[in-house]
This record gives sequence, structure tokens and C-alpha cells, in this order.
Amino acid sequence: MSVKPKVAFYWCASCGGCEESVVDLAEGILDLVGMVDIVFWPVAMDFKRHDVEAMPDGSILVSMINGAIRSSEQEEMVRLLRRKSRLVVAYGACAQLGGIPGLGNQFDRDQILRFAYEDCPSVQNTDKVHPQPRSRENGRVVTLPNLHQVVRTLDQVVPVDYYLPGCPPTPQLLNQAMTRLLSGDLPSRGSVLAPDIALCDQCSRKDSKPVDLKFTEFKRPHLSRLDPQQCFLAQGLVCMGPATRGGCEAQCVQGNMPCSGCFGPTSRVRDQGAKILSSLCSNIAATSEPDIDRTLATIPDPVGTFYRYSLANSLLRKRVGPSV
Amino acid sequence: MAFFCNWCTYTAADLAGVSRMKHAPNVRIIRVMCSGRVDPQFVLQAFAKGADGVLIGGCHIGDCHYVEGNYKAVRRVRMLRRVLQGMGIEEDRFRLEWISASEGEKVKLVINDMVEKVRALGPLGLPQRFQEWDEELESLQHTVEASPEEAPVHVG
Repeated sequence: MSVKPKVAFYWCASCGGCEESVVDLAEGILDLVGMVDIVFWPVAMDFKRHDVEAMPDGSILVSMINGAIRSSEQEEMVRLLRRKSRLVVAYGACAQLGGIPGLGNQFDRDQILRFAYEDCPSVQNTDKVHPQPRSRENGRVVTLPNLHQVVRTLDQVVPVDYYLPGCPPTPQLLNQAMTRLLSGDLPSRGSVLAPDIALCDQCSRKDSKPVDLKFTEFKRPHLSRLDPQQCFLAQGLVCMGPATRGGCEAQCVQGNMPCSGCFGPTSRVRDQGAKILSSLCSNIAATSEPDIDRTLATIPDPVGTFYRYSLANSLLRKRVGPSV
Repeated sequence: MAFFCNWCTYTAADLAGVSRMKHAPNVRIIRVMCSGRVDPQFVLQAFAKGADGVLIGGCHIGDCHYVEGNYKAVRRVRMLRRVLQGMGIEEDRFRLEWISASEGEKVKLVINDMVEKVRALGPLGLPQRFQEWDEELESLQHTVEASPEEAPVHVG
């Protein structure tokens, strides 16, 4: 029996990019496997749920869980892993903030199901069959997990010890976090394992950020020719840098795309979307209401822009009532 | 919930008080130094904690004690209205008014008008809604978590 610390990886409502980021450790993954026993990792290894159930409570050192919580199956698995683990890490933007799946909170569950199984132009479903939690086929009972009404962050379902931000987290952050957790030199509970400073501070373009911004319109990246050196805000683009935590090595900016906010807010901000709204909108040039509205109209989808990754974690959490 | 600027609207509310004007008692006023100090997070937090409406009061355009704080306020408010609309919160629950220090009467009129409109909409009740949404979590909590105590955190 090995005495290496045990580690589990699990995914919930996510795209798989977080799993990919673990593989992106490249040869580094061999060092990781040298230091720990991976006891559960459905994407890459053949362990089953009953293997986890058979482990004593608290026997896993750390579970790295990515993805938002959207179904009863995901909820059940994270509760199980919480019970079996000494530490739980919310891995990536979806687990930390709700991520892209969290944008589902702009709609009611019934609206989503109706669109996906009836109204979507590529769907042919004349009998309007929706998935049922229990159904019978050839005398057998088939069960499916329930879809929750609300998309949740991991910490809205189970207590979370640490957060690794990003869509996905960088291999460097994962390495640092693993080394820290294995050393036993634990950061204080609830910490986000990334620098607690806005991305602008680490951005290579910060010298070209004007002291006074005066937006007259907000340009959209796919309709604009982007200068590869100048601050995106100075170019009139929505860049989430001022309201987003650094630590991502400014990879999007290096690739000449403005920040979309995946690292979430710093510890001083509760609601990332409200904060970037505050920062961008107070810096527009217009002074009369009609002119202000004209400038603001160049952001066609404020909720999807400001809360791209953080709607499930926002103060309002979910739309009240069905959308029209 | 009302956020009134120290220099104009709060002073106007004081004037309304010393002039013995009567307005609806449903409002809880918080004094801020400027309408530009009102972070959109304050407004969202007020709704999330159970407020049925949020009113911001500041100096008239051109009269800001800090020259352009109220411009910042109106720009944020115009966008915040769209976010609130996107999240299903009715328009009448959120309002920005310019009320100068001498307009005690306007404080009364605005508060009464807003209370009437919000009353017609009924309670927003976000804390209760959050609780209702989370009922779907409770059924599993008892079946999966056989041992409710959390595992102790120590590494070694």
C-alpha cells in the first residue's frame, strides 16, 4: 500500500478545458504522479464511483473539482468527494464563479429545455419528447439526473477550501498550488491561489493606458483592427482587466485579444460585473442622457459581457422570472 | 433603500424634516458623500438583502460639489438599468433623481411616488427567492452526507 498523498480530479458542468490544463503540465505530470496517487479521474483513468465510496472519509488529501453544479448527479458527486477529502479546490472559472454555464441563469430551466428539445432550428422532435428523470423501456427502468433550476458555483453546494481561477487555470498555477498543498504550508482557508491584484498591473500594455479614459463608443474585437501594443481601453474596447485578477500571464492580451474576465475579481470586490460596469461607464465622454445611452448601446449584451464568467456568483445570482 | 448625497439630497431630506413634511415611512436613507460614490454593488446588494426598491438622490447636473460625480452616477445608472432589466427586476424599482438642498418638497414627492409604484409591483423578496431556489439542494444533503461533521484539515 502506497503512502503517497491521494488526489482526485472531477468535472461537473464544464467544457473539458480544465482537464486539458492538467494534461498541459506535459512532462510535469510525471512529477505530479511521482508525488501523489491519483485515486479518481474519470476523464483519464478507470476508477468508478463505488471505488470512491469504498474509501474512508477524509482519506483523499485534495479533490480538484472543475465545472459548475447544474444537475443532481454533479451535486451528489461533489458531496461524496467533499466527505472523502480533507481539502477541496474549486478548479477553474466554472467551479469558482459559475463560468460560461452560469450564463444559463439568465433563463428558466423550462425555457432552456424547451429551446434545446423543441425550438432550436436544428432539432426535429415532433413528439416534443423531453428527457425524463425516470422512464420505462422494454420493461427496464431508465433513470437520468435532474437538471437543477439554478446553475451554482461549487461553494454554493459544498464548503470549498481553495480556489484556482481561470478558464482554464495555467499549468504554472496548478504546479504552484500542488507544491504548496503537498508541502503542508497551507494558505488561509478560502484563499484564491493567484496574485491578488488586477490584471492591468501585470499587463505589458499598461504604460499606454491613459489616466483619463473618454469612451465615445465601445468597439467590438471582431469588427475592429486591433493595435498590438496599445491598451485596449485606449482603443475603445471592453477589456475586463481593471476588474479582473491577474496571474494568467496576460495570455489573451499577448494574443491581441482584450481580457474577458475569467480570473474573477480580486478579494476587494464582491461582484465582478458591477465593478467593471462601474469602471467603464463612469469613463464615457457623453454628458447628456441620450448621448450616454447612445454610447452604452454599443455594448449590446451587458449581462453577457460584464458577467461572462461570474453570473452564478453575482449578487443577484439568477434572473427573476422567465426572460421575454 | 435610498442613497442620498451629503451636499444636496440629504440636506433636502433634512429640510423636509424640519419643515414637518410627511412622506411614506418605507424609506431607509443612507448618506453618501456624492451620488458618484454609489458603487453599483451597493444597489445590487440592497436588492439581494431584501430591498424592494432603490433610490439614488444627487445634486442637479452642474451643481456637483465634486464637479462631475453626478455625471459618473448617471452614466452608471443608465447601464445598471439595462443589467437589472436583463435580470428581471422591474424598471420602477430603481430610480435616480436630482434633488437640490432647497427642494424638500421634491424629496417628499419622489419618495411617495416611488413607494406607490413599488407597492403596486409587490415585494421583490430576493432573500426568500434564494431560499426557494436552494430547496432543491436540501433533499440530497441528507442522503449523501452520512457523516455531517467535516473531515479535519491537516496535512502531514
